[in-house]
Amino acid sequence: MSDDDRGYTFDQARWADDDGYVSLLSEAAPGRAEPGDALPDDLTRDELALPDPAEPTVVRHYTRLSALNYGVDAGPYPLGSCTMKYNPAFLEDVAALPEAAVHPDRPDESVQGVLEIQHRLQRALARIGGMDAVTLQPPAGAAGEFTGIEVTKAYHRANGEGETRSEVLVPSSAHGTNFATAAMAGYEVVELPPGDDGRVDIDALAAAVGPETAALMLTNPNTVGLFERDVVEAAELVHDAGGLLYYDGANLNALLGRARPGDMGFDVMHYNVHKTFATPHGGGGPGAGPVGVVSDLAEFLPTPHVRETDDGYERYGPERSVGKVHGFTGNWLVLLKAYAYVARLGDEGLRDTSATAVLNANYLAEQIGLDVPYGPFHHEFAATAGDRDAADLARAMLDHGVHPPTTKWPEFVHEAMLTEPTEAESRRDLDALAAAFDAAAAADDETVANAPERTAARRIDQVGAAREPRLSWQALGDENAGTGD
Amino acid sequence: MRFDYPPERRYRPTHEWLTADEPRRVGVTDFAQDELGDVVFVELPDPGDPLTAGDAFGVVESIKAVSDLYAPVDGEVATINESLFDRPELVNDDPYGEGWMIEVRVDAAGELLSADEYREQVE
Repeated sequence: MSDDDRGYTFDQARWADDDGYVSLLSEAAPGRAEPGDALPDDLTRDELALPDPAEPTVVRHYTRLSALNYGVDAGPYPLGSCTMKYNPAFLEDVAALPEAAVHPDRPDESVQGVLEIQHRLQRALARIGGMDAVTLQPPAGAAGEFTGIEVTKAYHRANGEGETRSEVLVPSSAHGTNFATAAMAGYEVVELPPGDDGRVDIDALAAAVGPETAALMLTNPNTVGLFERDVVEAAELVHDAGGLLYYDGANLNALLGRARPGDMGFDVMHYNVHKTFATPHGGGGPGAGPVGVVSDLAEFLPTPHVRETDDGYERYGPERSVGKVHGFTGNWLVLLKAYAYVARLGDEGLRDTSATAVLNANYLAEQIGLDVPYGPFHHEFAATAGDRDAADLARAMLDHGVHPPTTKWPEFVHEAMLTEPTEAESRRDLDALAAAFDAAAAADDETVANAPERTAARRIDQVGAAREPRLSWQALGDENAGTGD
Repeated sequence: MRFDYPPERRYRPTHEWLTADEPRRVGVTDFAQDELGDVVFVELPDPGDPLTAGDAFGVVESIKAVSDLYAPVDGEVATINESLFDRPELVNDDPYGEGWMIEVRVDAAGELLSADEYREQVE
């Protein structure tokens, strides 16, 4: 930073130093030490060039950066399979209530309100999923998957089949986390090829299922927004062989209030509260991925769990618990947002949510000029970029002021553009999205190859970034970055 | 004919090739590198590791996909192509030459395809 950046700062110490004024803070809190006084001289350093810009400079810097970013607060964000839906602002108010800020180590009798809300959320999620018991502890969807499969493993072990049931079946169209979950839990992953209609091939499933089957992991509706019509038959096949059915809740927003995994025969499921109940995506920060199970599996849920007693609510350890997957009863303030969302919408509102999500996806699929195989859809659809590169078309969409969909996945759709508008978008926004799709598709090859041209960052060198990653600020401007320094 | 498949080599349906003569080398085909797109990372076994035909021996990662590499033979890893760690692009630039992945000591070859049979499968 040069001296040109230096301006007026509202720093207390400077007022006192430069002009001899007593700082306002010191006046308000007599006896408070200046920061510099707190540390002995031999522990402080002057040689560090810490930036000291004026406050307006800092505010303008971050405001400008925020304007360069694109998020769901700025426009549609139709990332298929990710469900980037708008988070209502009232949830932030609820999570910011002082009453919500309680230490998890406080005794149960002093946090009855918190435990009651957790218990209510457990019950609400159980009702929504058709499950008998729900743990709120897992801190993310993937952690929920892992917890659910650990519970499955504990169940088989308790039945003396821990060794023999060594396989988990996963359709090739499943989210990558399903494969990772099964592998992390120590299972052999058996991949099921999709049928011609984009759904699970029931004959392939019948051939794969057997005494080694621990579970089938399934998402319904699946990754191209198709309802797995044969799910009951699939459940029978797996159950007859002694396996369990795992439901990946990634697409539950398509079914809210209309169909329940439990009624389809699923035994275990996770809920992505960020996709289904509009809490922020974790992004490595706090998230929540509650897990629901049928009654036979309830005794294996993580500890602690919340239950209702004659005197109120208490935390306890289920009898044959798989243990802990996170601290306490999970990321409470995220769960509180999920509860507030469910409570505000109620049965009617949740039914409206799924209806609107499905209507929006099908409306958008009809509006765009690209080919859209399969359908009609639930909450998302996979268009195909045809002989164009899906990622290039997506970049071209950026120039039309929207975020593009997920590209090149699932792989069984050629050059897929997996699109999920969510229920949050208005018809006007859906039309703007459709216009962006069509404008990108109509652009000539050179335009597409050079897109995006109107964004803050232009075409990103993905190959260079992967081959020569620069992973710290020290690599900026260092031509030798990536050589291991 | 878009891609090249040296006729003296043998191929797995999963896109690995094996040379006929010593040193017996293994890599991925021209078709495979094109499908993968720009390769950014290659994970290889250690020399001395055992190989089982049809089992994964390594991983190749591009900006599009991560794929397992499958052994064409039963045997053992003799040496590996360490230059791929710094220059994974060799897999794209020269899949049958500098982009080779491992050298193997062969106990028994798995069921492999001729160049024509492989070409028929992929094209």
